[in-house]
Amino acid sequence: MPINTIDGHTFTVNDEGFLTDRAGGSEDLAAILADLIGIDDLTEQHWAPLRFMRTDSATTGVTPTLRRMQTVGGFDIKELFLLFPGKPAKKLAYLAGLPKPVGCV
Amino acid sequence: MLANKLAKANLPDLTITVVDQNDDHHYQPGYLFIPFGTYRPEQVVRSRAAQLSKQVTFLRQTIERVDPDGRQVHLAGESALAYDWLVIASGAAPRPDQTPGLMDERVWRRSAFDFYTLDGAEALHAALANFEGGRLLVHISEMPIKCPVAPLEFAFLADDYFRGRRMRHKVDITYVTPLDGAFTKPVASARLGNLLEEKSIRLASDFAVAGVDPQASTLESYDGRHLPFDLLVTVPVNMGAQFVIDSGLGDDLGFVPVDKHTLQSVAHERIFAIGDATNVPTSKAGAVAHFEVDHLVRNLTAAMAGQPLPSSYDGHANCFVEAGRGKALLLDFNYDTEPLTGLFPAPVVGPMKLLGSFAHQPPRQAGLREDLLERAAAGEAAAGAERDVDVRQGAGHSQEVRSHAHQHY
Repeated sequence: MPINTIDGHTFTVNDEGFLTDRAGGSEDLAAILADLIGIDDLTEQHWAPLRFMRTDSATTGVTPTLRRMQTVGGFDIKELFLLFPGKPAKKLAYLAGLPKPVGCV
Repeated sequence: MLANKLAKANLPDLTITVVDQNDDHHYQPGYLFIPFGTYRPEQVVRSRAAQLSKQVTFLRQTIERVDPDGRQVHLAGESALAYDWLVIASGAAPRPDQTPGLMDERVWRRSAFDFYTLDGAEALHAALANFEGGRLLVHISEMPIKCPVAPLEFAFLADDYFRGRRMRHKVDITYVTPLDGAFTKPVASARLGNLLEEKSIRLASDFAVAGVDPQASTLESYDGRHLPFDLLVTVPVNMGAQFVIDSGLGDDLGFVPVDKHTLQSVAHERIFAIGDATNVPTSKAGAVAHFEVDHLVRNLTAAMAGQPLPSSYDGHANCFVEAGRGKALLLDFNYDTEPLTGLFPAPVVGPMKLLGSFAHQPPRQAGLREDLLERAAAGEAAAGAERDVDVRQGAGHSQEVRSHAHQHY
């Protein structure tokens, strides 16, 4: 597994760049990673779903789906698409330091 | 399975009652083959009661709700059953009502079908037989779903089916998924990533479904994509049983939150759950229930004796994948290990290649495949050279590979 170092943050990632250990994730790091995927500024609107994702996955053990972000977190899916264009589920997981949502293959 | 194993364990003072709303035990992996005429409906249904040990009482009743504090299961009507220990094994069910517009009478069971129910699979069989060509969408609404590779298998088999009918060129197949690809795990996407392209199946990924527009016959996403369809084969959102939801025992999808190793409810120590009914982060698949059952027998036995729960399920799952054209794949993984490549030492059938395709014996009474086999045996060229070779391989291995790839979970 590759080890990345950015601005003093050292963390292990998988081949796609997702953190392999959620403990390596932090809000500082999320702000740096956001820059890499073309999200210039993380506003409070971005932070709310990111924080929900981390809290929720800490109890369930899995990254929440977009549906769960809506039904449990109360976030509007359309808005998530605007905040994290194109691939909100994947981008949210990437920034939150969690595995991307996967199937079994 | 659990009831029979517990009965066999001969625990003192234990009486076991199984409650189910019907006596029809469905072999659900068989649904996949009904639309293509490989299986007939009666081949996948058998009596539940007939599978149970004589020491187990079978009660055919609808459960309305569970009262965990009063330790009672309330049944339809006024009756209730008291319990010391409760195991919830009520599975997961497709909920087409959760996708707006899907059940509109202009599309539902006319041009939009599911195949995760027996009547849906039967209806789709008729629709496929009458399909004259056009846009076919094979769609997953949201994870988790039962047998997560079945939609992909459906797309592969549909490709096969239309080739067999010599009309593949008239059918535009698109695989629509909320995930970022058809293969989401690195090793699988590296090994299998080009399968869709090889079969000329389009991919629409990151598709968060907002609903069906029954007027326009389109599948709509939250980011404004409209996919037109002539035939929509959808896997609706999967949810746990209604009584679980009504009893407040489920999560947002009605799955029972349990400790992923002991399978004990996180909220009630006298409740356990097994199979698709739980929220454990592994596939919803029959193989999982099989691998869970021995752990649960040991843990229940210990719980009844007032001892700590000794047995820890590791998320082990495996899955045979029907890849079309008489080939199959085998996946094997758990909570911590990605699917591995290599050989799986299966008894009887011999080692099987993991994550590489191997030829398998065609399902018995496979209408389409039998035709092809007969033609291949007679030396008649089938639809394409590749198929011809594949079919012969399948036939050549039929003595050796006695297990059927459709016995995937």
